[in-house]
Amino acid sequence: MQLKQQANNYNTGKVIPFFTGLYLAGAFVARFFREVFRRPFEWKETVRQCYDVGYNSLPLITLTGFVTGFVFTKQSRPSLAEFGASSWLPSLVAIAIIRALAPLVTALIAAGKVGSNIGAELGSMRVTEQIDAMEVSAINPYKYLVVTRVLATTFMIPILMCYTAFVAMMGSYMNVHANEATSFISFFQQAFEKISFLDIFSSLIKSVVFGFTIGIVGCYKGYNATMGTEGVGRAANASVVLSMFLIFVEEILIVQITNNMRGT
Amino acid sequence: MTNQKDDREVVIAIENVYKSFGDKHVLRGVDLHLHKGENVAILGRSGTGKSVLIKIIVRLLQQDRGAVRVLGSNVESLHEKELMALRLKIGFSFQNSALYDSMTVAQNLEFPLVRNVRHLKRSEVESAIDEVLEAVGLLAAKHQMPSELSGGQKKRIGIARTLILRPGIMLYDEPTSGLDPLTSIEINSLINEVRERYHTSSIIITHDLTCAKTTSDRVAMLFDGNFIEEGPFDEVFQSTDERIRDFYNYNFIQQ
Repeated sequence: MQLKQQANNYNTGKVIPFFTGLYLAGAFVARFFREVFRRPFEWKETVRQCYDVGYNSLPLITLTGFVTGFVFTKQSRPSLAEFGASSWLPSLVAIAIIRALAPLVTALIAAGKVGSNIGAELGSMRVTEQIDAMEVSAINPYKYLVVTRVLATTFMIPILMCYTAFVAMMGSYMNVHANEATSFISFFQQAFEKISFLDIFSSLIKSVVFGFTIGIVGCYKGYNATMGTEGVGRAANASVVLSMFLIFVEEILIVQITNNMRGT
Repeated sequence: MTNQKDDREVVIAIENVYKSFGDKHVLRGVDLHLHKGENVAILGRSGTGKSVLIKIIVRLLQQDRGAVRVLGSNVESLHEKELMALRLKIGFSFQNSALYDSMTVAQNLEFPLVRNVRHLKRSEVESAIDEVLEAVGLLAAKHQMPSELSGGQKKRIGIARTLILRPGIMLYDEPTSGLDPLTSIEINSLINEVRERYHTSSIIITHDLTCAKTTSDRVAMLFDGNFIEEGPFDEVFQSTDERIRDFYNYNFIQQ
């Protein structure tokens, strides 16, 4: 609330609010790292949030992952067949899924589902003074609401990413099996032939970064929501848009870094 | 404005407080003292800064100038831990109750208690919850969700949630707004019961004259960011000041 007041005080023109906004967002992120290691820890609430983020996203993630793997395989086959390289299909699909599709698809789905949910929930709590009620009851709302949600998305998005990759590979296998009658073991042997530790590790790191981004952006937008119910809608919408934008920027940066590490 | 000497302990001292939002000057040098055991109602039209003033007292907002001292501590200069400790001594009843809508009534009450009073046994938590629910006359609503409660019940639970921490000071933000006259009377009685049972000193923000008259020892009229009259209800509303007369007549017509 005090940060918002600082912004109001500088609310003239467009340039100053932009930099004030950056400062406030930076301060919000920095506060997370200060609060996360401070007692008391809200374990119960963190576990509840992990359940919300993880378990409740499973149906959508399963469907999206399966369709991604299945369709990607189906669409890639004709191009590979032109060069007589249909046998490379499992490797190609595995590289695409593990290096790029699984982290990105999981993050985008989570940004839409979890990010908007966090933005709307915290936004609603802000405009109905529930966050103020925590403050005046000597409870640290940042710790209870923000730290728990950001931890949940940071832990759960990598796990969901692994699950998405598995489901997408299963979708791909079903398509390959239907067309080439490749066995399950043979498909996965071929698929993992070209996958290195760096591929898996970089995807996990990417997912951790994406998860943190989704959580902190949703919380920031919701926590600082204003202007009643309209503000709640704006917070939810802005959570999704900004998360997705940042996810794409991070994707490009991390791909550059891992490609440099690979020497490609 | 009445300036009588009062030797009672001052629990809240607001001195020359200014607050603006952009170009809008909400408070312009406000002074107010709340004495121990006293109930003061702050009256004024919507948008005159009444709620801003009590949010400054608990530092939900910060003043631009001036000082607010609560129980001798300068609120503005308190560190986080000191502020938390001070807030434990102040109960804040919000205009819209601000109940946590994902929690039951019992969980709403338990939430601040277990986070501020560590190592309580389950039975102690339960008895504390039952005690405050009984004090506000809503023991039967213990397991209900806030969405299942009426406006008046929500206000009562909001008050119960503050009482569970046994505050010495109560700040009521529009306790009767949006309620029918009978429920308003019940809330007014509850404010008086809270004062007697928990020995609280209170500031009541309201534009409801019945509420001000029945719950307060003194009223202060806020107009254009400043108190224009302060004193016992009957004295204030005997004023010939046109702004006060208008406010009184308007309330009378509304009722």
